[in-house]
Amino acid sequence: MMVPSSTDAHNAHGGSGKGALVGILAAAPLAVATAFFALQLPAVIDGETLRISAEWVSSLNVNLSFRLDGLSMVFALLISAIGAVVALYSSAYLAGHSQLGRYYLYLLSFTAAMLGLVLSDNLITLFVFWELTTITSYLLVGFNHESSAARRAALQALLITGGGGLALLAGIVLLGIAAGSLELSEIATKRDLLHNHALYLPILALCLLGAFTKSAQVPFHFWLPNAMAAPTPISAFLHSATMVKAGVYLLARLYPALGGTDAWLWSLSIFGAATAVLGGVLAIRQTDLKKLLAYTTVMALGTLVMFLGSQATVAIAAAMTFLIVHSLYKASLFMVAGIIDHQTGTRDLGKLGGLAAAMPATALAAAMAAFSMGGFPPFLGFIGKELKYEGALAIASEPWLVAAAAVFANAFVVAAAIIAAVHPFLRKRKTTPIAPREAPLTMWIGPLVLAALGLAFGVAPGPIGEFFVDTAVSAITARPETIKLSLWHGINVPLLLSVLTFALGVAIYLSRRPLIAAIGWMGAQVPSSDVIWDRLIDELKALAAAQTNFLQSGQLTSYLRVTVAVLVGVVGGTVLLKGTVQVPEFVDDLNLAGIAVVAVIAAAAVTAAIAQTRLTGLCALGVVGVGVALIFVMMGAPDLAITQLLVDTLGVVLVVGLVIYMPGFADFIEKGQKTRRLDALLGILLGTVFSMLLLAVVSEPFNRRISAFYETAAFPEGHGRNIVNVILVDFRAFDTFGEVAVIIIAAIAAYALLVGARARKERE
Amino acid sequence: MNSLILNAATRLLVSLILLFSVYMLLRGHNEPGGGFIGGLIAAIGIAVYAIAFGPGAARSVVRIDPMTLAMVGLATALCAGIFSFFFADPPFTGAWWFAGATAGSKGLPLSNVLVFDIGVYLGVIGSALTLVIALEEET
Repeated sequence: MMVPSSTDAHNAHGGSGKGALVGILAAAPLAVATAFFALQLPAVIDGETLRISAEWVSSLNVNLSFRLDGLSMVFALLISAIGAVVALYSSAYLAGHSQLGRYYLYLLSFTAAMLGLVLSDNLITLFVFWELTTITSYLLVGFNHESSAARRAALQALLITGGGGLALLAGIVLLGIAAGSLELSEIATKRDLLHNHALYLPILALCLLGAFTKSAQVPFHFWLPNAMAAPTPISAFLHSATMVKAGVYLLARLYPALGGTDAWLWSLSIFGAATAVLGGVLAIRQTDLKKLLAYTTVMALGTLVMFLGSQATVAIAAAMTFLIVHSLYKASLFMVAGIIDHQTGTRDLGKLGGLAAAMPATALAAAMAAFSMGGFPPFLGFIGKELKYEGALAIASEPWLVAAAAVFANAFVVAAAIIAAVHPFLRKRKTTPIAPREAPLTMWIGPLVLAALGLAFGVAPGPIGEFFVDTAVSAITARPETIKLSLWHGINVPLLLSVLTFALGVAIYLSRRPLIAAIGWMGAQVPSSDVIWDRLIDELKALAAAQTNFLQSGQLTSYLRVTVAVLVGVVGGTVLLKGTVQVPEFVDDLNLAGIAVVAVIAAAAVTAAIAQTRLTGLCALGVVGVGVALIFVMMGAPDLAITQLLVDTLGVVLVVGLVIYMPGFADFIEKGQKTRRLDALLGILLGTVFSMLLLAVVSEPFNRRISAFYETAAFPEGHGRNIVNVILVDFRAFDTFGEVAVIIIAAIAAYALLVGARARKERE
Repeated sequence: MNSLILNAATRLLVSLILLFSVYMLLRGHNEPGGGFIGGLIAAIGIAVYAIAFGPGAARSVVRIDPMTLAMVGLATALCAGIFSFFFADPPFTGAWWFAGATAGSKGLPLSNVLVFDIGVYLGVIGSALTLVIALEEET
């Protein structure tokens, strides 16, 4: 299999002086953010929740409210710290890249959006940041926009996570309605109300759809490996440590409000377990180092979701510990993959080997990260795995099924860890496109530090448990929890499962060739999600093209017909169903002038319909317009009358200017003969429907509240005696502004059409 | 269209129509009229001019590109609308200044509302002419 090597790594050799400075500049604000969050740590550990709030659209209960509690703290620290490392790393990875400024703009925008997401207390604010992460990640995945694979991957990620975002919005709105509040901290207290609410299941389904698409759960998992088209530092940041965990964050946030029901338990454990197992199984058959890591990320996300389904504190603790573990080792391994790609010119596992001698620092980082990933003692990964097994056995649904899924997935990850860290560094030396040498310090220092943290926290797990897991779990379960993390739990079931995992993992590693062949054979039996996706997109495009061809035929007459038919159907249907059409008693209002004008209008309309020459038709239409203007005058609306007259006049002036260039009217009538009956029917129906509508309107008693307000307020408040004008330019000036903008846009669009048609004609 | 009668009449009429349009614009707050109506009248005047002397002549007599004129109008209306920010009022709140007002007389009423109406006036002229002149040029 050909493994595409990222182009960004290749054109990136050369001057690094400027790049390093940019990297430090970009890392600085994130380092400051890390320090800021770290300084808040004591307060959060004491159980405080820091809040800040500003009004945004208070009439809709949408406020810019933010809070920092244990759960937000874990995410905020991970985002800003790993963000700083990635920013520094990128400066070397992309040194000399011509679009470095754009890259950092996207990266920092994404980080800001991500921080906003995990700190928001208001659901709508959260959603805005959620969508911002989707958009910025689209830009980041598609950063190598010359590559069609990158463009496709970016669009796929955007459509899947964006589609999930729409579902989430619907879920948020329903949740807001059901809970009576949009503030997450308040919703968390309405657990019983929500559980018994009629909307509970729709809310749950929609929110889960949002979370599952974002966190790449089966069957939406396939966008994540494709998103590896992004520059590697982006994969390290977005696709391991932060964005894909936004879905997990959302589940954790909604846990106190929505969690604890059977629906929650089963959907999270089933989808999570399926994702975990599938991710693990698919990981080992990858030959592209980045894709292998991506599938193990899918496995990790599945595991996190699976554990969040549980009500047991230890399962939640397992999820939070594993979240931290995974962010540390996976970001580190992705950056190692980037270093390998950058320094050797390939990330094809078949072409890599024996790099340890040339790249000792990178190899050390990779080894430590892989040990943590494989869950070997004394790394933090081991503690995470022990907790997972303990948590799995505590899950209420099917403890042994969940435990089996966890063991199975973990065993595959052990094998994947061996492949990812051992193969490139230890085996026989192979020739690579570029002769390998150690990367600059700015590249290997980040992954080394992150991987070393995995070891340090493993040896001394106390602080992690006390400072982070405790507070995060307390925030999720909404009650104070104490979790003790330690390396040695004594000989118990989790330890035995760990041993089993290692044995199974090594067995999988050793028998990987037949296994990969078997997985490949099974994969060939079912159409891949990617193929289904492409087919779906093609069908969607075909549908769009078909309905566009049907609706946008390009014939003005058929547009008019469709418009009129829809009006008749919708308005007529509504009037018939709901309206009470009474013929009001006009007798006292009848006056001769009014009747005469109406008669003239009717006669002119008939004349226009049957006119045999264009001039007759135009004149007749003109009479209709003037007649309507006359009625406006009679009813005391001079402004309307003037406008009606002027628009009619402008129309006449326009047509007069063009009339001699128009095609013969006789042809026109000839062509129209076939549809004449239909057109007449539509015309009569439209007239009837609108007459009925007007009759229905006037048969209601007229509410004078609004007109009375304008009558009394126009002069004292608007300083004008012409109420219409005062409304237009003062009371409802914003509407007028919008209308003027629409008129101008319409004029520009028409101009573009005309000029475009002229240019086309000239080309021919 | 090359007609001596139309040409001669247009010269006289267009100036009157334009003057009338300004009159309609300014009286609009108290009598029928206003920026929209005034703008339409002015646009009709120029459209007649374009028929008589050709779209090129109409373009040069307007001097500014109609689309630019429309944009200037929209910008004017927007500026008038956000003028109220200076007084911490919501956008498009009217602000009035009665120049030279005394106990007996109101003075000359000036307001951002008038500026807004002038923006509407220019916007309407600009968009109508964009369309009219482009159509005339098409033939």
